[in-house]
Amino acid sequence: MKSSGFWGSLFSRHDTLSFVVLALILLVVLPLSLDIFRLSLMGKYMTYAFVALGLALCWGYGGVLSLGQGVFFGLGGYMLAMFLKLESSDPESTAIQTTPGIPDFMDWNQITELPWFWEPFYSFPFTLAAVLVVPTAFAYLIGVAMFKRRVSGVYFAIITQAIAAILTILIIGQQGYTGGVNGITDLRTLLGWNIRSDFARYVFYFVCVGLLLLCIVISQFVSRSKLGRILVAMRGAEDRVRFSGYDVANFKTFVFCLGAAFSAIGGAMFTLQVGFMSPSFIGIVPSIEMVIFCAVGGRLSIYGSVYGALLVSWARTAFSESFPELWLFAMGALFIAVVLAFPDGLAGLYNQYGRRHVERQLDKWLLTLKSSTRTASVKGVAHERQ
Amino acid sequence: MNASNTDFVLAVENLTVSFDGFKAVDDLNLYVDEGEIRVIIGPNGAGKTTVLDLICGRTRSTQGSIRFRNRELTKMTESDIVKSGVGRKFQTPSVYTELTVYENLEISYPKGRNVFGSLFFRRDETIVRKCEEVAEMILLKDQLYDSAGLLSHGQKQWLEIGMLLIQDPELLMLDEPVAGMSVTERHETAKLLRRISENRSVIVIEHDMQFVAEIADKVTVLHQGKILTEGPIDTVKNDPKVVEVYLGH
Repeated sequence: MKSSGFWGSLFSRHDTLSFVVLALILLVVLPLSLDIFRLSLMGKYMTYAFVALGLALCWGYGGVLSLGQGVFFGLGGYMLAMFLKLESSDPESTAIQTTPGIPDFMDWNQITELPWFWEPFYSFPFTLAAVLVVPTAFAYLIGVAMFKRRVSGVYFAIITQAIAAILTILIIGQQGYTGGVNGITDLRTLLGWNIRSDFARYVFYFVCVGLLLLCIVISQFVSRSKLGRILVAMRGAEDRVRFSGYDVANFKTFVFCLGAAFSAIGGAMFTLQVGFMSPSFIGIVPSIEMVIFCAVGGRLSIYGSVYGALLVSWARTAFSESFPELWLFAMGALFIAVVLAFPDGLAGLYNQYGRRHVERQLDKWLLTLKSSTRTASVKGVAHERQ
Repeated sequence: MNASNTDFVLAVENLTVSFDGFKAVDDLNLYVDEGEIRVIIGPNGAGKTTVLDLICGRTRSTQGSIRFRNRELTKMTESDIVKSGVGRKFQTPSVYTELTVYENLEISYPKGRNVFGSLFFRRDETIVRKCEEVAEMILLKDQLYDSAGLLSHGQKQWLEIGMLLIQDPELLMLDEPVAGMSVTERHETAKLLRRISENRSVIVIEHDMQFVAEIADKVTVLHQGKILTEGPIDTVKNDPKVVEVYLGH
């Protein structure tokens, strides 16, 4: 409240600290301490953070639990994968196919012509737009269809889960058009630029950090706007909001679309960094994992959800390297523990125990900073007088 | 349906709603005047809350008409009914417990009510002043920046009334506004209602007969979805039918 200006209206003092710390970790600490293989893995985990961030707004703030965020993550990823696939399927490199110039999996499925809906994906600007627009528009349709009919809570969650299952089955079933269960693989270049080189991986990592920070800024803007407060109000007393003249369905649809758009960006960055996209990132299991990321980090916290995604994914890799069978049990146990013992996740624990000390330290630090700048300016004035 | 125009603020005519054959409100006629405080009383299940639900659009009528300033409400959406000037307080105080008193009032202020309007909503001096003014009226000036979850039951009731006042509705409907209040709080609420009815009509559902006597211009007694009797409190109180079904012997 005290600080003014654009930044001050979006970030409280503590938010600023959280933002700077996260930015430092992602931009400085991790790149300096990890080799490119591990850093690239971190980049992959970060793509889940987009989804978790969207869930923090949608579920944490708005109370709309979606168990189908994988749909939007996957759609975003597929949009970009289609473009990359077309680029790597030029007639020269596919000369051995029956029909050169179409993606290899189509050729294997006796398809002899590029399907119409693949055509626009020759255009890079179209693809970028589609990454954002297609998943968001799909979320909009679901939102309008469900929320206008007052479908909410568990029913909504189950429907989103069903949609995730349907989309997976559809993609696997339409192998010739979608690449089926293998997904769209063997992606090599982006606008003629090798996406598998170490340099490209560094670039993608930093682009991913940049986009994530941008999404956090957007989340801050939303959560601190009146809309953010309406979402919180709706979560507790939906009827009161409705009978205060708001069309509740529109607000739910908005936040659901925003979560979908974030997830789509994450999905597209996933395709770029991992080099393929498959239905295994769309279905029920990944969608629920995303919810666990968000819950562990703290669904009420923008930053918590990001840390949740990074930490749980990292733990999964570390754990499944040594105990591959146990990981799923550990994940389930973690979720149960979060729900029972610390429902507000890591962020809740931090707010309860750590935050006070941090705030006090910050107070002290700002005070010294202020007094030292004041002495400096006084000295400056004195100097000018002389 | 004869939709003849009237001078009443609210004209409810032949209103019926049936839930699986059970008529919760049965052929009801109710007219509320400008600046009137109307109290609806009646035993449990008489259909009092249902009448308010029907007026504010929470429940859809089976037949009949509800005209507010000669505009038919039965086909309008809840938010449009609110925008046309009807405010409604729920039986259990519903305020936003995770927000401050100020934020509760600000959300209720009729500005930036659509998605993008609220996203780019800017707090200005008029709004802050209006919120402070209402907070003073509902005796919550000192709690303005406290979380609404910390308020007492009675204070939550006031806050919800305040949230309606800030919308400046022409018709205010209050479902048991003094439930859970102390005697002093009840007096304060009666004073508050007197003050706010100076330039609007108020419909109140209440059980506390002392409070009813304190505020009512006119009392309507509902019984099994029908009007048993209607009139000034003293007449109603002594009506043998009312004593029989509601007030007891």
